[in-house]
Amino acid sequence: MHDPDAPDSDESPHRLTRRGFLTQAGMAGVASVAAAMPLVGAAEAAPVPEAPDIPGTVPVALRINGTTHRIRIDPRATLLDTLRETVHLTGTKKGCDHGQCGACTVHVNGQRVNSCLRLALMHEGDDITTIEGIGVPEALHPMQAAFVAHDGYQCGYCTSGQIMSAVALLKEPCGPSDADVKELMSGNICRCGAYPNIVAAIQQVRGNTRVSEG
Amino acid sequence: MSVVGTSVARKDGIGKATGAAKYADDLSIPGMLFGRTVRSTIPCGRVKRIRYDFDTTGFTIVDRRDIPLDGRNVVALIEDDQPFLVERDVRHVAEPIVLLAHADREKLLAADVIIEYEVEPPVFDPEASTESLKTLTIDKGHLDAGFAQADVIVEGTYRTGHQEHVYIEPNGVIAVPEDGGIAIFGSIQCPFYVVKALKSLLGPKAHVRVVQTETGGGFGGKEEYPSMIAGHATLLALKAGLPVKIVYDRTEDMIATTKRHPSIVRHRTGVKRDGTLVAMDVEVILDGGAYITLSPVVLSRGCIHAAGPYRCDNVRIRGRAMLTNTPPNGAFRGFGAPQTIFAIEAHMDRIAEALGVDPVTIRERNALVPGDTTATGQRLTADCSALPVLREAVERTDFRRKREALRGTNRGIGLSLFYHGSGFTGSGELRLASKAALELTDHGVRILVSSTEIGQGTRTMHAQIVAETLGIPYEDVDVAQPDTTLVPDSGPTVASRTCMVVGRILQRCAEDLKRRLGDLTPAEYYRAHGPFTIVREHEPPGWIQWDDETYTGDAYATYAWGCDVVEVELDADTCEVRPLHLTAVQEVGKAIHPALARGQIEGGSAQGIGYAIVEHVAMRDGVMANASLTNYTIPTTLDTPAMDIVLLENPYEDGPFGAKGLGELPMDGPAPAVINALRHLGVDLSEIPATPERVMSACGSR
Repeated sequence: MHDPDAPDSDESPHRLTRRGFLTQAGMAGVASVAAAMPLVGAAEAAPVPEAPDIPGTVPVALRINGTTHRIRIDPRATLLDTLRETVHLTGTKKGCDHGQCGACTVHVNGQRVNSCLRLALMHEGDDITTIEGIGVPEALHPMQAAFVAHDGYQCGYCTSGQIMSAVALLKEPCGPSDADVKELMSGNICRCGAYPNIVAAIQQVRGNTRVSEG
Repeated sequence: MSVVGTSVARKDGIGKATGAAKYADDLSIPGMLFGRTVRSTIPCGRVKRIRYDFDTTGFTIVDRRDIPLDGRNVVALIEDDQPFLVERDVRHVAEPIVLLAHADREKLLAADVIIEYEVEPPVFDPEASTESLKTLTIDKGHLDAGFAQADVIVEGTYRTGHQEHVYIEPNGVIAVPEDGGIAIFGSIQCPFYVVKALKSLLGPKAHVRVVQTETGGGFGGKEEYPSMIAGHATLLALKAGLPVKIVYDRTEDMIATTKRHPSIVRHRTGVKRDGTLVAMDVEVILDGGAYITLSPVVLSRGCIHAAGPYRCDNVRIRGRAMLTNTPPNGAFRGFGAPQTIFAIEAHMDRIAEALGVDPVTIRERNALVPGDTTATGQRLTADCSALPVLREAVERTDFRRKREALRGTNRGIGLSLFYHGSGFTGSGELRLASKAALELTDHGVRILVSSTEIGQGTRTMHAQIVAETLGIPYEDVDVAQPDTTLVPDSGPTVASRTCMVVGRILQRCAEDLKRRLGDLTPAEYYRAHGPFTIVREHEPPGWIQWDDETYTGDAYATYAWGCDVVEVELDADTCEVRPLHLTAVQEVGKAIHPALARGQIEGGSAQGIGYAIVEHVAMRDGVMANASLTNYTIPTTLDTPAMDIVLLENPYEDGPFGAKGLGELPMDGPAPAVINALRHLGVDLSEIPATPERVMSACGSR
């Protein structure tokens, strides 16, 4: 069975079989999410509905976490919606969709961006990295390990964005003090107020002992 | 071994740090539709006509006529007054009227529903409102006799605004038709509240299952409102015969859901020349919004805390929650106490000023000590720590010397002394009859409770209590995901009760389980005899006596105590208030997990700083006019001051390992400490948030 419009993934162990874009997202990604949600017993057995052809979509190849995803998207789709709804990488979160909270922070060519303010289409050829691409439970990124060690989160919803910001910060010009780190982390809001632990985690990875502020 | 009192790895750490944890909007179900709520655009009036100005093909449309015959159009909570969908009368902007669902989100958002109204004049001022949602009076001693002994009478009026929760994950649920009824997966603090509301909506015999997904913050904001959203998703899902997801965007969440009650508190206090309080007359007015929801209990907790942690023989506290044509206000960390503690603590500094004594002296003279009685007549025992927290904070910050040293600079320093009752008020815990269970597994035990993990560390802290009691490794304790068909009703995850009350039930379960195991390990017993489950119900201490009619007696099983010291800097040009440093000394009974406990205090203090300085809900014509994170700002890491957190321990005998409730306590202290620091700078403010505009006008009157 071959559908020339079907999304394709070069290296993914299982081909995505559903095309999706922002308005069809709920139907897409059935297999992966249903498996992650064993409690929806009744729903798992339901047949997967065929997504109709979606006029207005365009093909794009996005390199995400080292894997090229050939997908069709609405040209208006944000990078955030594309990651979450089309590629099914839900670790990146939507907190405000307006670039105000930082929960959707990902890397484009190593630099941090608010993915809700980027159109996915504009990132063909770029290297996109999400929280799923920096470490896994068996091999955490040192920043992930430091967040765990320092309790750098409570509810966890802003955490992917915080960690992605923090990892990018490592390569940015940033002074040694806690105040310098705070300045560079001020675009990522944490309502639980885990800020002191977040700063401690980042400073540990940077190899700085904490420099106190009067 | 000793796992209690150590900061073990959180149970949910790896999932959150790798992005693997699944929140409501991360879930997708085959055939799922998306739901949308069409809301009122007027604050008061009647719906005359509803017109669907779009091609309705492929849409599921629900209005009040779709409420099942066995069900009722009320969100069952304390009173049955709030409908899931407007019947005819509109009481506030953003009230749900019609629900739409479609597979295509773009079509869903474009659908134009035109609603015609008959408009009536709204009421926005709680003092002008003639409809009270709840009134109550606390009376102790003889007010007139008290005032007769007074050398000085000090009066003041204090105001606080709305506060928006801004959990970073907006509200969201998925409803899935199941077994002729419904299953809900959602961002929820209190799964059994949702069960109760859906049984009211669908009829008592309906199958209802509620599962809490990973929840991105609550702070009270996901206590009652998820019942409304779950009801809406349920109606759409049942009509469509398909799963329906409703996730609010940030603006809808801010406009439509609950906030902290705005308050007006008036104090008239009689005091002797030596500083002794002899009469306290307090009036508390809360803006309840358009429906009763939780206002009666918010008012109750607010009034019980309104006299502060002080000894006074003659006290009258009169409270009323008033109806206004604004979205209902609801639960928010502290639940009425931050408002009334703001008032009494700002007032205490005014009293000190009137007497010419410093803020520490006036508090030392009157702070509650073991043996004293509170405003409700509760006699305090050895777990009362008002003076120890005050003394530790004053000493640690060198408060008096620093206060002198800062005089004449653009910096000020202020403090606040406060307490917070743990658990439900009065006989509330008895009525709840909460349950918890422990199940033997092939390698250890599994905790079965409906208490939710919303960031505060429920899973971790409960597992520590169980591991310690059983004497088994923390890693061998699993925690079940709250699913109301699998776990018992442990009561709501509110009121700083999840550790002290539910943790205590789990401790009792573990004691029973340990007896049954005898000399065997859980794994050995499991292999020999198979699994079993222990279920226990909460046993509140027998000495608690409470009278709901007279508001007298033991309001809470125990209290946690705090003293905050805040140093601020005032920008003379912009009138911006910048918090520089916060010291929080808090007595929490026993810190089961010190890092989590400190995290609660850091986070609650940050929210309290925001409440004091920047968090301003601009209500215009009954609707939040600044409903975005650009215009409603909360503290970033830069706006959060350096913090010195000090945990004091003074065990509560009926808490697990001595633990009290601590989640809400840190919310009570920062706002009055900030206002008192401004008073130290000569800025006489009695209203929060202390926006530059308010500070400027207060400076102008200097």
